[in-house]
Amino acid sequence: MSNYFFEVLRSGINTTFQDKGRFHMQHLGVTPGGSMDLESFSIANALVGNTSDEGVLEFAYQGPLLKLIKGRTKIAITGNVLFQIIKSNQETIKGECNRTYTLDEGDQIDILATRQSAYGYMALEGGFDIKFFCKSVSTLSRAQIGPNEGKKIKISDKIKIRINSKNKKNFSTKISKKNKSTIRVLKGPQFDYFAKESQKDFFSKEYKISNLTDRMGMRLEGLTIKNTVSTNIRSEGITKGAIQVPADGQPIVLLTDYPTIGGYPKIANVISADYHFLAQKIPGEKISFQNVELQEAEQLYKEHLNNISEIIKNIKEIN
Amino acid sequence: MIKKLSNIGDCGVVCDFGEEVNREINTRVIKLFHHVKKEVLKGNLNGILNYTPSYNKLIINFDLEKINSSKIIDFLKSVDFSKLNFSQNSKKWTIPVCYDFEMDLGNVSRTLKMNKDEIINIHLNTDFFVYMVGFVPGHPFMGDLRSKLFLNRLKTPRVKIPAGSVGIVEKFCNIYPYESPGGWNIIGRTPTKLFNVQNESSPCLLSPGDLVKFQSISKKEFEKLFNE
Repeated sequence: MSNYFFEVLRSGINTTFQDKGRFHMQHLGVTPGGSMDLESFSIANALVGNTSDEGVLEFAYQGPLLKLIKGRTKIAITGNVLFQIIKSNQETIKGECNRTYTLDEGDQIDILATRQSAYGYMALEGGFDIKFFCKSVSTLSRAQIGPNEGKKIKISDKIKIRINSKNKKNFSTKISKKNKSTIRVLKGPQFDYFAKESQKDFFSKEYKISNLTDRMGMRLEGLTIKNTVSTNIRSEGITKGAIQVPADGQPIVLLTDYPTIGGYPKIANVISADYHFLAQKIPGEKISFQNVELQEAEQLYKEHLNNISEIIKNIKEIN
Repeated sequence: MIKKLSNIGDCGVVCDFGEEVNREINTRVIKLFHHVKKEVLKGNLNGILNYTPSYNKLIINFDLEKINSSKIIDFLKSVDFSKLNFSQNSKKWTIPVCYDFEMDLGNVSRTLKMNKDEIINIHLNTDFFVYMVGFVPGHPFMGDLRSKLFLNRLKTPRVKIPAGSVGIVEKFCNIYPYESPGGWNIIGRTPTKLFNVQNESSPCLLSPGDLVKFQSISKKEFEKLFNE
C-alpha cells in the first residue's frame, strides 16, 4: 500500500472506479459492467502510459473535486469535460481534455461538468491503488461489488494512488469531435413479434432519451411499438445494447450494468461500433435507429478499433 | 439437441433448445454451459467473455476483437451431446429456512385451501433443481414445486423484501440475495448468504444445475446462523 492519496472534497453525481468489465460471471448473476464509454476509457489510460487493464475514475454530468494531499501524479481527462486545476498557490489552469497534467502536492482537480455528454474519465499514471474483485476493479454499486466496498465515491473519501510520478513530461493526442444521432442496430431475436408498421416506424421515426436513464438502461420516448405476439418471453440472458420493448410499447436500451437475464421481447441490438455514441447521449436528445447486417457491424467494429489505435499512436509529447 | 443457433447483436450467440420449460430441456442447456465454460478455462475458446444459461437457452457473449459469431456457431455445431456429463458438475446443498419470517403464508393458505403446515411440508420435501441464476448476483430460480402449490405473482409487488426471503410463484422457488422490490409469495427466510464478496474464489453459493433441499430452522437458530 502506498501513502499517496487524494481527498474527495466533492464527490460528483455518479463517480465510480471502472475498467473494461468483469467477465465469466454472468451465469452467477454478475453483470460485466465496466466503463460506459470504452473508447474514452482506453484513451485516458494510454495518455498516462497505462495499459487498458488499469482502472480509472468514471463520472457523470458533474465530476468530483479532488485534492492531492500527498504525492505527485500525472492525470489525463477524456470525454467532453469542463475542468480546471487549482494549484496550491490558488492559480487556476483551464483544463483541456485528451492531454496530461502533472499535479503537485496540494493541487486540486475540479471536474465541473461533462458537456453535451454523460460520462467522463480520469486516469492517472501507474493507476489507482484499489482492490480487485474477480479480476476487475469495476464498481457495481447496485450489488456493492468492486473497490471502495462497491460504493460510489463520496465526500471525505481517500483515493489512493499507486506511484509517485517522477516523469515531468506531458502528452496529448487529437480526437476529432464526433456526435452521431443515428445509431446502427442489428435486428433483435424477437423482431418478428412486432407489427409490420411498428418495425417500419422503429427504423424511420425519432426517439427521445428520457430522464429515466442510468448505467443500467436508457428509456426512450416515441411512437408506441405494437407487439402482435406476446409482451413477455421466457427470461433469457441479456447482451449489452439490447433494445427491449415492454408492454407499454416504449423501448428500453439495456446498457453496461444490464440485469443478467430478462423477459421482454427485443426488437434490436445496438452494434458495438456505435455503443459509445449512445452511452454518451443525455436526456432530451433525439436519436434514430438504422438497420445494418451482421457482417457490416463486424467490419464497422474493426474500423472503430483501428480508429482508437490511431488516436493512441498519435499521442505526442507536449513541448 | 440445439433447435436454433443465431446471433444476438454482433457479440452474442443464442443457442435455443425449444420453447418448453422443464428439467430435461434445462439439463441440456446446462450440459452445454459446463462444456463451454470448461473449454474457455482450458484456453480453447479465446475471446468468450460470458455464457449465460436460462430455462431453454444458452447465450454466449464474446469479444468481437478476438472471435466472431460464425466461429462460435461452428464450434457449437461440432459439440457431441452424447459425450457431455452432467452429474459431475452438479452440487447438492441443504439450505436452512425459517418459516416464521413468512409474509404471505396466510394468504397462500387461503388461496390454496391448504393449512400452513401442509404447504411447508411440501416445500421441505421438494428436491429443487437450479434452472438458472441471475437478474442480480446469486439469485436462483429453482423448480419444480408440485402443481398443488402453484400460485401467481402478487397483484401489487412489494417495494421492499428483506435479503434471504424465500418466495414461490408457479412451479418455481427463489431466494432474494439482496433487499429489493419483488412480487413473489414469501414463505420464509434463510440466514445463508447467496452471494458473498468476502469469498472471492467462490462468491456465489448456487450454480445453474445444482440441487437444493430446504431444512426448517427455528427463529433462534436463524439468529445464530445469521450472526455467524
